[in-house]
Amino acid sequence: MLLVVEQILNGLQFGLLLFLLAAGLTLVFGIMDLVNLAHGSLYMMGAYFAATFVAWTGNFVLGALLALGATLLLGIVLEFTALRHLYGRDHLDHVLATFGLILFFNEAVRLIWGPAGLALPLPPWLSVPVQIVPGIYYPAYRLAIIVVALLVALLLFLGVMRTRIGMLIRAGASNREMIGALGINIKLLYTLVFGLGAALAGLAGLMQAPILTVQIGMGENILILAFVVIVIGGIGSIRGAFIAAILIGLIDTLGRAFLPNLLRQVLSSAAASTAAPALSSMLIYLLMAIVLVLRPEGLFPATRR
Amino acid sequence: MKLPLDVRTLVAGLVVAGLLLLPLYSFLSGNVFVLTLFTRIVILALAAASLNLIMGYGGMMSFGHAAYLGIGGYAVGMLAQEGVGSGFVQFPVALMASAFYALVIGALSLRTRGVYFIMITLAFAQMAYYVASGLARYGGDDGLTIYKRSDFAGLINLSNRVQFYYLCLACLLATVFLIWRIVNSRFGLVVQGLRSNEQRMQAIGFPAKRYKLVCFVIAGTMCGLAGALLANNTDFVSPAVMYWTRSGDLMVMVILGGMGTLFGPVIGAVVYLLLEELLSQITEYWALIMGPLLLLIVLFGRGGIMGLLGRLNRG
Repeated sequence: MLLVVEQILNGLQFGLLLFLLAAGLTLVFGIMDLVNLAHGSLYMMGAYFAATFVAWTGNFVLGALLALGATLLLGIVLEFTALRHLYGRDHLDHVLATFGLILFFNEAVRLIWGPAGLALPLPPWLSVPVQIVPGIYYPAYRLAIIVVALLVALLLFLGVMRTRIGMLIRAGASNREMIGALGINIKLLYTLVFGLGAALAGLAGLMQAPILTVQIGMGENILILAFVVIVIGGIGSIRGAFIAAILIGLIDTLGRAFLPNLLRQVLSSAAASTAAPALSSMLIYLLMAIVLVLRPEGLFPATRR
Repeated sequence: MKLPLDVRTLVAGLVVAGLLLLPLYSFLSGNVFVLTLFTRIVILALAAASLNLIMGYGGMMSFGHAAYLGIGGYAVGMLAQEGVGSGFVQFPVALMASAFYALVIGALSLRTRGVYFIMITLAFAQMAYYVASGLARYGGDDGLTIYKRSDFAGLINLSNRVQFYYLCLACLLATVFLIWRIVNSRFGLVVQGLRSNEQRMQAIGFPAKRYKLVCFVIAGTMCGLAGALLANNTDFVSPAVMYWTRSGDLMVMVILGGMGTLFGPVIGAVVYLLLEELLSQITEYWALIMGPLLLLIVLFGRGGIMGLLGRLNRG
């Protein structure tokens, strides 16, 4: 029982991280119609910035905030120099160009920080277990991730649905020319959206950094997961991304935790221990395939323009 | 100025002639490495050409094409492991396995379109990647070493560098020829029509999905052949050949050379892999140049190398 609660919380935490990443991806995708494979690189940069700034300032929160700002800035520069020229082009062009950016970022990181991974140590006040209900302890840092991510999700939702900027963003998504004709600086709006997406990816990266090692290529695996999330949720839909992210986080974590034992009930122990890891890695892709076969536009298709 | 001969045909001819004469150069200069490098290039060019059939002519943007490289490779590797060394068994099995995989995932994936299609093919390739990682009997994550190359009963010796190179080149040229025949057949015209306007083709009465599926299976089978050759070339097969960045590499080759042109993918593969090789000799950080280069190609070089040559042609 204890294990189940812990794993559910782990799944929730992983799902929320995925949501942060997927939200930026789905915003950029839904609004600018841009397939950005380099989104995973921004996640990686967030983690590297955090590791650097935290070591530099000696303060975890300050370093994290600096890293967040740096990723935001990087996103804006990236949009301004390269990606802005890709709007309105074929999706395939996006894939190729941002694939090139991945190569570039990975190599730049190798050049600057070296091929070995970095570690981001937690401050003492975050590395203690917290008693959530009597008898059940959970690491404070993972709990903090859940809280921060939920807060950001709420802010994002309110920002997009309830503010004027959010209204402009949604309007830009449904008709780019019209909103430009109404006197809105659509280019600036796009730069802002991209910067926001980059900052969200950076936030996901820097929060994940103390749990995993900060290393080259860390963005690529999770990028594919984020794509799975937005495809399942329906491209362009933040609500869809949220639900799909939680779903995938839970399925992936619980699958890895409990599938081996479950399989052992039906298969021989040796067969189970070989099949289980592969099967649990496949689970989410299987889910995506099933969803796409049944609902080719995802679970919550955003209204088509 | 109007050139007397189409520059694209000329360049394609030069590339083929160069590939045919390469072993001679290797022999004369004593440079063995160049032959090894080009064997790899020719095999991946075959894979890129097969991807071009669905991507360039069929408009199906598959982001999971590297899966067939793995399936073809594992067919050879697993059979070799189980003591079946004959290429007459290994290669047909590799092709059939690839065709079957293409049939299943094609039937499912073709229900979707656009970006969803890109993503679902990617998801299936990742699944194949994880299946291969889970094959503990066949090396799992670490991959499977192939101790003996496919045996063709003395007909052709794959361990001989030159013979193997020519086998790969023959496969490549035969594939390109086949693609040329397909593209110009009634079937190929229907597939290209579907790329331009699926609704209209359906309205005339063509069963769109069936045509696309057949095209998808043909391309997958061709790539399975590349996989079987690749495994023989490296004497090794591992899940890494199916990783999504490998599919990305193949896409880059096709787009770089020119999508929907017969020789574009071959030229793209040669240029991409040579560039990778050259840059990695100049600097350890070759991707630092390669990445922005790709970006520039996308931004300024529409239609890839073939498109560029075509514009040159018009003067």
